[in-house]
Parts: sequence; structure tokens; C-alpha cells
Amino acid sequence: MNWIWFHKLASPPHAYGIAGRLAPWFGWPAGMLILAGLYGGLVLAPADYQQGDAFRIVYVHAPSAWLSMLVYATMAVAAAVGLVWRIKLAHAVAAAAAPIGATFTALALATGAIWGKPMWGTWWVWDARLTSELILLFLYAGVIALRASIDDRDRADRASAVLAIVGVVNLPIIHYSVYWWNTLHQPATLTKLGKPSMAGDMLWPLLAMLLGFTLYFGAVLLVRLRAEILRRERDAAWLRAELA
Amino acid sequence: MSEFLAMGGYGAFVWPCFALAAVVLAWNVRSARRQLALAREQALRRAAAPDRA
Amino acid sequence: MTAPTGALAAAVLAFRRDLLLAMRHWGQVAQPLVFFVMVTTLFPLALGPELGQLREIAAGTLWVAALLASLLGLELLFRTDHADGSLEQLLLSGQPLAVLALAKGLAHWTVCGLPLVLLAPLVAVSLGVPIEANGAILLSLGLGTGILSALGAIGSALTLGLRRGSLLLGLLVLPLAMPALIFGARAIDLAIHGDSACGPLLLLSAMLVLCVTLAPPAVAAALRISSE
Repeated sequence: MNWIWFHKLASPPHAYGIAGRLAPWFGWPAGMLILAGLYGGLVLAPADYQQGDAFRIVYVHAPSAWLSMLVYATMAVAAAVGLVWRIKLAHAVAAAAAPIGATFTALALATGAIWGKPMWGTWWVWDARLTSELILLFLYAGVIALRASIDDRDRADRASAVLAIVGVVNLPIIHYSVYWWNTLHQPATLTKLGKPSMAGDMLWPLLAMLLGFTLYFGAVLLVRLRAEILRRERDAAWLRAELA
Repeated sequence: MSEFLAMGGYGAFVWPCFALAAVVLAWNVRSARRQLALAREQALRRAAAPDRA
Repeated sequence: MTAPTGALAAAVLAFRRDLLLAMRHWGQVAQPLVFFVMVTTLFPLALGPELGQLREIAAGTLWVAALLASLLGLELLFRTDHADGSLEQLLLSGQPLAVLALAKGLAHWTVCGLPLVLLAPLVAVSLGVPIEANGAILLSLGLGTGILSALGAIGSALTLGLRRGSLLLGLLVLPLAMPALIFGARAIDLAIHGDSACGPLLLLSAMLVLCVTLAPPAVAAALRISSE
């Protein structure tokens, strides 16, 4: 197996260039998919027979909850790659991903709470999904805060990488313990968020939104990655040539 | 149109969710672009005056 | 009988040294304990002295107080060693750092966790908990403080030498400790109501095993990162 392409890709000048060229290819399809999903979800999809029009919140809630986990996984994988193979670019990816993930976790929490009001009658229910989403937000906060409080870039990279990996090992434990805790204290949750058996009219906008949000994450990550590379490589010779 | 906005009585819940999502999506794009612009500006300044930086 | 050699000997030495230091500075060691008792006193003062009501929240009170107290105790784990340079020597000793980290963690638990566990039944009585629940309290907090020491060791190794490190430490460790809190408090609650606490205690033991095996390498990695 030839690994030259990989090392080439992991070199900052290459990554900077490729990220710049790739970002629009993620951004534009993402925008179109999200618009199509919005139209399909808000206009074309019929109202749910149980939840009425309130179910339409799923079109933003589910994609943001999906992103909250995908971004954490991305961050942890990038952190592990950076830690094991000492690839600086991987640390830059992890650094770029964290704030994006935190905002989408917050969005998933907010939309879940707003959805809960008409469905459960209160803004906040200690529902298993909402609770583990909240803990996920705390984990993001920890990683971001740790990175922010270390001045030395190399140490910040590696320390937050260790924390991200510890967090990702803990995530399934947190997830299942919260479920267990929740079923114990709340035996009858009548309406559940998500997982409705969906008809095609309702399903395709959701899939469009999920894919759109994922591509959107890719685009924003690439732009943020470029900024990270610029900050990390500010004295490199290639950068002068690139910017001149 | 007003029927569409009412969302079967759930308008007060549905629209804030979509508005929040729009804010988050817009903020992420804006902040990523700003970071890139800032980083580029800093790099340019360093390139222009390497001794002082 | 031959003298132990290598990593094990180094681990025993590190363990002994930490115990000895703790005994010489017992005032420092007692601080988290006093804190634990104080926090559990806050609840009756805030909620009212009725024992029936306190009994209902006793499990949560004990666990939250233990969680906060052990967070406070983490200050003692690496910080002084980092300040006086002895941590540096451990790193340079050539012994496997994960083993040394395990020994230090064990010493820390003996000094900070164990007394807290032994004190807990006494505090529980003041919250109206029946004597029969004491076994579950000892086991639940015994396993739980072990988990907290392991997770806390990772956190305090990562935040070593940082400004406002102790504030950050809570932010890092508390979310990771939430599963332990869920099962630990549940075990005590079951025992208080006269049920078997076996299930959550077994889960807690599984978590402790996981922590004891996975935390030492993570602590070792974090210590290397923090002291470069």
C-alpha cells in the first residue's frame, strides 16, 4: 500500500488548498438539500395524525441531534489520529469541529425542549434523549474550555485529544445509564420524540435535511480548518507564497 | 397563507424551532468565514513585516 | 523471600511515599472530609429537619456531596508533586508510568476516598437512613469513590499547572462521573427502601473495573503531555 497520498494530504499547504477547493462542493449541495427539505417538510408533508403540525420540528431537531453525535465522533477520531500518528492536521480538524458540534448540540436541546411543550405540556422533561444530549453539551464544553485555557498549542492539542477520546469511550456508558435511569423513574412516556413510523411524504424531507446538514458540517469544517491551518502555519514559507 | 403560518395551532412552537435552526446555521457560516478572514489578515500582516511580528 | 524488583517495586514505593506524605499533612487530607460533612448538613438546613423527607433524598445527598468532596480532594493528587518536581522524577524514572499512576491513584483513594466512605454511614444516620442500608452505602460509595478517583486522575493530570485549573477540573470530570452518580445513588436508594441493591452495585463494579484498566494509560499520557 502506498501511503504517499496520505502524507501529502496531511501536509498543511496541500490541505489548505484542497479544503478551499472542496468547501463549495459541500456547501452548495448542502444549501440546496436544506432548502428542498424545508419545502418538503413544511409544505408538502401532511400533518402527523397524532402530533399534528408540531411533528415538523423533527426536520430540524433530528438533523441537529445527528450532527451533535457525528461531530463528536469526528472530533474524537481526528484527536486519536493526531495523538497516535502525531499528525498536526488532525488536531486542527478536532479544533475546528468542537465549536460546530457544541452549537448543534445546543440547537438539538432547544428544539427538543420546544417540541416537548406541546407534546408533554412542559418545556423540560428529563427524557433520556434530552438528558444525554445535555451531558453531551457538557462534554463539548469541557473540551472547548480545556483547549482555551492552555496557551501552548501543542499541549492544548494533545490534552484536548485525550479528553475527547475519554469522552467518546464514556458516551455509550452515559447513553445507556441515562436510558436506564429514565425508564426507572418515568415508566410511561406516552409520546416519544423521533422514531415515528414515517410515510414517504414525510420521510424524504427528513432524509434531505439529514444529508444537507451533514454536507453543511463538511463545508463549515473545511472553512474552519483553513483558518486553523493559517493560524498554525503563520510563519511557514509556503504561506507567504500562497498569500502573495 | 395565514393557515400555513398557524401550523394547525402549533405555529408558536414550530416557527421558533426553524428560526433557531436558521440562526445556528447562519452563525456557523459567518463565524467560520470571519475566522478565515481574520487568520488571513494576520498572516498577511506577518508576511509584510516579519521582523516586527 | 526475594525483594520485589522492577515496576511493582516502584509502584509500592510510590504508594508508600504518598501515604506517608498524606499522614504528615493530615490537615490537608481532612479538608475534603470536612467539606463532605458540611455539604450534607446544608440539605437539612435548606429543606427542613423532617427525617422522613430527608430519607427520601438521602441517597442523592450522599452522592452529590461525595462527588463534590472528591473533586476537592483531587487537588492533592498531582499538584504538589508537580510543583516540587517529584512528578518530573517519576516521569524520568524509566518505570512504566501507567503502573505508577495506578499506584498514586490507589494511594489517593486510600487517603481521600476511603475515609469518606467510612464516614458516610454516620452522615446517613443524620439523614434518617435506617441502619440496614449501611452495607449498600459502604459498597456504593466505596466503588463510586474508586471510579471518581480514576476519572479525576485523568482530569487533574490534564489540567496540571494551568491557571484556574481547579475550576476547569470540575467542568471536565463531572460529566464523565454522571453514570456513576446514577447507579450509585440508585443503589443506596434501593437499600433505604428495603430492596436489593445488587443490580446497580454490579453495574458500578463493572464501571470500576473499566476505569481501573483504562484510566492509568490515559493518566500516563496526560501526565506526559502536561509536563513537557
